[in-house]
Amino acid sequence: MQWETVIGLEVHVQLATKTKIFSGASTAFGAEPNTQACAIDLAMPGTLPVANAEAFRFATMFGLAVNAEIGKRSVFERKNYFYPDLPKGYQTTQLAEPIVGPGYVDIELDGGRTKRVRIHHAHLEEDAGKSLHEDFAGMSGIDLNRAGTPLIEVVTEPDMRSAEEAVAFAKKLHSIVTSLEICDGDMSQGSMRFDVNISVRPKGSDKLGTRTETKNLNSFKFMEEAIELEVERQIDVLEDGGKIIQETRLYNGDTKKARSMRTKEDSNDYRYFPCPDLLPVILDDEYIENVRKQMPELPEAKRARFVEQYGLGDYDAGQLTADKFTAAFFEASVKISGEPKLTANWIMVDLGAYLNRTEQRIDQSPVTPELLAGLVVRIKDGTLSSKIAKQVFEAIANGEGDADTIIETKGLKQVSDTGALEKMIDEVLANNAAQVEGYRAADEAKRGKMLGFFVGQVMKASKGQANPQALNELLVKKLNG
Amino acid sequence: MHQFTIAELTQGLRRKDFSSIELTQHYLDRIARLDKTYNSYITVTPELALEQAAAADKRLAAGDAPALCGVPIAHKDIFCTTGVRTSCGSKMLDNFIAPYNATIVENYLAAGMVTLGKTNMDEFAMGSSNETSYYGPVKNPWATDCVPGGSSGGSAAAVAAHLAPGATASDTGGSIRQPAALCGLTGIKPTYGRVSRWGMIAFASSLDQAGTLTRTAEDAALLLNHLASFDPKDSTCVERDIPDYTATLNNSLAGLKIGVPKEYFGEGLHPETAAHVEAAIKVYEKLGATIHSVSLPHTHLAVPAYYVIAPAECSANLSRFDGVRYGYRCENPKDLADLYKRSRAEGFGDEVKRRILVGSYALSAGYYDAYYSKAQKVRRLIKQDFVDAFTQVDVILGPTSPSPAFAFGSKTKDPVAMYLEDIYTIATNLAGLPGLSIPCGLVDNKPVGLQLIGDYFAEAQLLNVAHQFQQATDFHQQTAPGIE
Repeated sequence: MQWETVIGLEVHVQLATKTKIFSGASTAFGAEPNTQACAIDLAMPGTLPVANAEAFRFATMFGLAVNAEIGKRSVFERKNYFYPDLPKGYQTTQLAEPIVGPGYVDIELDGGRTKRVRIHHAHLEEDAGKSLHEDFAGMSGIDLNRAGTPLIEVVTEPDMRSAEEAVAFAKKLHSIVTSLEICDGDMSQGSMRFDVNISVRPKGSDKLGTRTETKNLNSFKFMEEAIELEVERQIDVLEDGGKIIQETRLYNGDTKKARSMRTKEDSNDYRYFPCPDLLPVILDDEYIENVRKQMPELPEAKRARFVEQYGLGDYDAGQLTADKFTAAFFEASVKISGEPKLTANWIMVDLGAYLNRTEQRIDQSPVTPELLAGLVVRIKDGTLSSKIAKQVFEAIANGEGDADTIIETKGLKQVSDTGALEKMIDEVLANNAAQVEGYRAADEAKRGKMLGFFVGQVMKASKGQANPQALNELLVKKLNG
Repeated sequence: MHQFTIAELTQGLRRKDFSSIELTQHYLDRIARLDKTYNSYITVTPELALEQAAAADKRLAAGDAPALCGVPIAHKDIFCTTGVRTSCGSKMLDNFIAPYNATIVENYLAAGMVTLGKTNMDEFAMGSSNETSYYGPVKNPWATDCVPGGSSGGSAAAVAAHLAPGATASDTGGSIRQPAALCGLTGIKPTYGRVSRWGMIAFASSLDQAGTLTRTAEDAALLLNHLASFDPKDSTCVERDIPDYTATLNNSLAGLKIGVPKEYFGEGLHPETAAHVEAAIKVYEKLGATIHSVSLPHTHLAVPAYYVIAPAECSANLSRFDGVRYGYRCENPKDLADLYKRSRAEGFGDEVKRRILVGSYALSAGYYDAYYSKAQKVRRLIKQDFVDAFTQVDVILGPTSPSPAFAFGSKTKDPVAMYLEDIYTIATNLAGLPGLSIPCGLVDNKPVGLQLIGDYFAEAQLLNVAHQFQQATDFHQQTAPGIE
């Protein structure tokens, strides 16, 4: 049987506010356990929450970015369950009246296909602390530094049909929240966590199959692996005549295995009810318009601008604007070099490969926008051939200085000087008399192909430093005699 | 010195009739000598009190002290106090010392008041007799075989036995006004949002409000001047001008329209209590007020709605008491579930458990609409009843509680009978209105309370109406037998 996969996502996005959603404690990552938890975060008796206005501004920005209606009245509710890293015994979250209503995101897939993924809603809530199960000899430690960190939970409709689509959506969401600067996007530190709801059904059916939820995936790679594994498992179960049990699953990226965490039967009754300590938050049109005006440029708008302003192709513009750091790098570099197309190519090809190879982020690249611009300028003005430029790039990356310094110290300047080139050409022609004969006897069509041989010889003689354009012109002139 | 009202004490301190240290020591001595009988305090803080008194005397000597400087006060043990145990009447918090003060405690410290200690109360403020306290019942100074009311029974008994000139208290369904009535005191519950809830351990957050128990309305006004504040730490606190509540105490009541709800005089009201309330109405007529019959048609739904909403909120509010971070933890838990179950089973008393269970049930899947949503609808209807009534009258008058203080154990086996103690007070909490109780007579030598309910933020008017009654009568000057 042919199966169709149905995927919906719930994404927890940590908001980059300075302080927590209901207290004044810092949200910075990496502090000593329990040093960033105040009496409110510890749920000491008599303490009360006060909502962080910045979290609302961030959530509103997100809502506008995903074409959603902003909840003009949003209400916090208490989701009741006991767990040691949940100090109050309830999580303050939104349910019936969330800050972000239905919206959508358009994703791009291989082959230029696009697809619209609908957002059911997104709500504000507080993160829990962390339970530490190691180092305490049979006991667990609790770190409440993360407790109360603001999150938006983004809930999609079950609109995705493959791991590829789910990952494309996840990357798009990552690009939106980092462009808006409402999330640092650092998935290794849990700034974005994905819960994936997966079901399969016979192709052509419009009924949803029983779904499972794989929780807490924190990389695109794990997400892809977990989906593929779970889809395979479900199909196997169904083809063996079995039934899918609605359950929560955990995927282990190290062992590449998943296991059941709990089934629906042992799920909690969360007994949601509106939090009486927090009044409904009312946002008026003026507030929403102000937020809209102050929003950073979104990837799609930036992409259109890159096509318009820099004359880039749509694909290149898309690549460069997929994350804000790359886009910022590009713009900073072009500002100096004035060469958008060359800069785009260098960022996407050589710099991209270098950063991948050395596992570095573009905003921490040793080849800075200024250094790349210096290189690009020397390519454009003919000082460097593209081949030599690669050598110079590597040297820049190794910290040997800027392009001009490297060209100077290594003597890599391209030979464009007519006299020097002529001398080399004459030598090559003299040493290859038979080929020159052959060339001169050939017709125009064949000559084109034969020219390559002479170019190669002269290049070799110049150690790659001959200016290819000047060389071509002179060579043709000489051969045609 | 302990016969004096707070107003008189402020004058005595200024005239240097006595120092704050002398006054404080006097109260501490009385507590040490007499409170074995009443059990009104859970914790007494003599060293701290004398330290604060010494500081107050310095401020008084410097001449720029606030009005209440040097006057002692007792705080209900629901209010967090830095460095001093805050138990909330529960074994669960028997070892809990807060690292912060409740805003109202802070306000009174800033005003130079001296903290004598922390008063007894029903466990987590759940009760109407002070019998649910982990620290044992409080005895009513008027009749030591009877309850002082609850949940602020310790605060009420302390003030009635002259073991403090005034005390803070809290009121979720009548926990200030009913003990005021049963102990012959003036008790005020301000409008919801008038007083910060920061540092007051939550029972039912949408209903809880701090107030005071004093001997007179004038004292209540003096205390409210510092109790009321806007506090950015409490999202439900309202930013609004705070008048000088003493400034309008002597306004004439001529032309005042008093509404008397017929629903407050039905079945269950003790006939002699009713008679005293009727007599109080006559006093007001003499003072120039006009009396109007009003209707609060949803009154009979107040108790049922309250006993859904308050337990629902408490079921979540008390989840933090889990044995993990502070408070009681059972011995040798074998795993997490055991830690939770035994810490809570051993740390909470029966009434608290009953309400957590009721509240959890009312919020659970399949029952939420039938109970919680329905109760919230009723709450809106009750509020609307009052809004309608206040288009016709200025204040509403009735009994505070159905009968005078009752004997220990007489209602503990019947929770519903106990819940009906608050039948006249609960609706004001549901509506968020200010309410006040003043003494208006004795039945079998036990005090009866007159309840006055005001419009939103009309505390000044309520206190004026209460003060004028106390100018015309002497019920508030009567003291319990044996209290010299």
